[in-house]
Amino acid sequence: MATEKITDIRRMLHWPGHMETDYIYTLGIAGEKFFTEIKENGRILGAKCKRCGNVFVPPRLYCERCFEKTTEWVNLGTKGAVYTFTVAYVDINGTKLKEPIIYALIKFDDAEGGLVHKLGEIEPCEVQIGMPVEAVFKPQAERTGNINDIKYFKPQE
Amino acid sequence: MSEKIKHFPGEELKARDIREGKVPAVKHRPRIRYLWSAGIAMSRFLEGLKKGKIVASTCEKCGRIMVPPRAFCEECFKSVDGYTSVKDTGTINTWSVSYVAGDASRIKEPILVAVIDIDGASKGMGLLHILGEIDDWKQIKFGMQVKAVWKPPEERTGAITDIKYFKPLKEG
Amino acid sequence: MFGKKRVAVIGAGMTLFRRNLKETGKELAWHASKMALDQAGLEPRDIQSVVMGTAPDAFDGVHMKGEYLADGAGAWRKPYSRVFVGGGTGVFVIDAGWWHVASGQFDTCLVVAEEKMSSCYPHPAYAFTTIFDPIYSRPLGVTLIWIFALEMHRYMHRHGIKKEEIALVSVKNKRNALDHPCAQLGANITVEDVLNSEIMCWPVQRLDISPTSDGAAALVLASEDVAKKLTDNPVWIDGTGWCIDTTFWTNRDLYYPKYVQCAAQMAYKMAGIKNPPKEIDVAEVYDPFDYKELHHMEGLMLARKGQAPKLTADGVTQRDGDLPINPSGGLLGVGNPIAAAGLMKCCEIFWQLRGEAGKRQVKGDPRTGLAQAWGDLMQYGSVVIMRS
Repeated sequence: MATEKITDIRRMLHWPGHMETDYIYTLGIAGEKFFTEIKENGRILGAKCKRCGNVFVPPRLYCERCFEKTTEWVNLGTKGAVYTFTVAYVDINGTKLKEPIIYALIKFDDAEGGLVHKLGEIEPCEVQIGMPVEAVFKPQAERTGNINDIKYFKPQE
Repeated sequence: MSEKIKHFPGEELKARDIREGKVPAVKHRPRIRYLWSAGIAMSRFLEGLKKGKIVASTCEKCGRIMVPPRAFCEECFKSVDGYTSVKDTGTINTWSVSYVAGDASRIKEPILVAVIDIDGASKGMGLLHILGEIDDWKQIKFGMQVKAVWKPPEERTGAITDIKYFKPLKEG
Repeated sequence: MFGKKRVAVIGAGMTLFRRNLKETGKELAWHASKMALDQAGLEPRDIQSVVMGTAPDAFDGVHMKGEYLADGAGAWRKPYSRVFVGGGTGVFVIDAGWWHVASGQFDTCLVVAEEKMSSCYPHPAYAFTTIFDPIYSRPLGVTLIWIFALEMHRYMHRHGIKKEEIALVSVKNKRNALDHPCAQLGANITVEDVLNSEIMCWPVQRLDISPTSDGAAALVLASEDVAKKLTDNPVWIDGTGWCIDTTFWTNRDLYYPKYVQCAAQMAYKMAGIKNPPKEIDVAEVYDPFDYKELHHMEGLMLARKGQAPKLTADGVTQRDGDLPINPSGGLLGVGNPIAAAGLMKCCEIFWQLRGEAGKRQVKGDPRTGLAQAWGDLMQYGSVVIMRS
């Protein structure tokens, strides 16, 4: 197709628009158990596959390797370690943040996978890969069964 | 389902429970903005609408005069050979009366929508638009002659809505 | 024979179809996939490739939905691809699965289809409107029902078909669905019920339309040598066909789906079928709206143009008729989680040809079955022909 050189910019027309709609995401069978436990008991659960013995966090209904239903819930507590992290200085629109936010992938002992969350009560320059951290929860009355019921993970004492 | 299978997975939820927030869930409203480029052919079409004209493109190989205009003929798979104006009258190819808005909610005053074969373009070159100045939608007929009713020039912006609607052409 | 190896379907599974299911999309995919594997007598490690069919990301609300669903479809560390052709996905996904095995590259392929339309709140209608051109069409306030209404009206006008004739399809399919354990809207309704139902977008009324749904379905495909070791009753895929028409749908005469005919001809040629109405024993024809069953019967050349309503009125398309159409209950009765709906039809043909459809079983030992789906802006036809 021949390309056309257009020097009059007013001839290059654009049409502005948006695609906006509301979403309600059910938590699913496994997700509902995970978040209910966070909301009510302030602890993090994993799910164990009977066949291969792997414990997955976040927990799922099925083991993706064995394709079997996971049968056991495992209490992983609230303590983990920083597997990797990053520091964000701008927000989703590219605007500079007042305070940088530290995001980390936190792994738990004897479990596969991990939770992506924020780190708090620590300066970005102090964060080290492998450092032990623990979850800081909102007061129970404020929890709604959401990932933000955990405010952040802080360095363990 | 096979008669061999006894259990059917799936936990049903009630719409009311979801509406009343009784189902644990996460809400999100992604706000995705777009600035769609009108492209070569559509830009000409929109410019034409601003001037009160319906623009078509022509392919010399198959001989079609195409509305909406495109930059390449999709049947011959080559660039079109030019652009031309066609009439702003046409005949109704098919039509409907919609009591439903884009978000599935009900609307009181129906929208009368039609595909209008445009005069001057090749056979069957239809354009989707609205019908207006029709008191009783049961009067609409297949093959009815209609004419575009334009916004006044100062209100046109280069949009499909520069044509307000198509109205029936009186006989004779 | 087309392809290097003959391909069989050896297992099928599906979830309930409902307006709102609690399971996430991944969990739905897993339920259907696991059931299909169990039915085929296979372990996940026996599956060499996976094809996922799922329609717009905008329904589930997860971009790159194919990747998101992968682990629920047993695709962990496996060759995996997602196909998407709107409503045509549910049958096209089995066509795509067929290539995987027929080419000789894989001996087994798990074909999965999933949709969770309830995530789009309060109704997925808005997500549907984004398939329309943002400049020509959306500013007019377009909604998906418009295109069905415009097509239905043109079809009725061209052949002089009345609404009462079309309503018979909705009555038949919803009644058939009463015998389907996963059905969302099985019911005993009458033609009057359809004609008295709310006008949505004339001539479309509420009972002419299938619902939006959550659900998943899956099939296991295997090459001939593998299939024969696992089952005495493989169902062979003998014909596949698919075709797309122009997006400029306002430039087409909507009374006849030419692209469905093209897809059907491709499949009939492959299957060696010369006289479809005589040689097809049972068919699952895409019916998101009741008139579509008639429209597609003609496109599939199972009825002459304009004659499908007469076949319906004469009872030919009932389960005990000469050419049973939609014995499952179709989309109108079982539900319409877009991609999963088409694959549900393939599952139904599989069960019918094996004689396992229970109360829905059509009489007379059907040997050749057809499933068809349709999609996009009235553009896409996909067909599969199976034989036992």
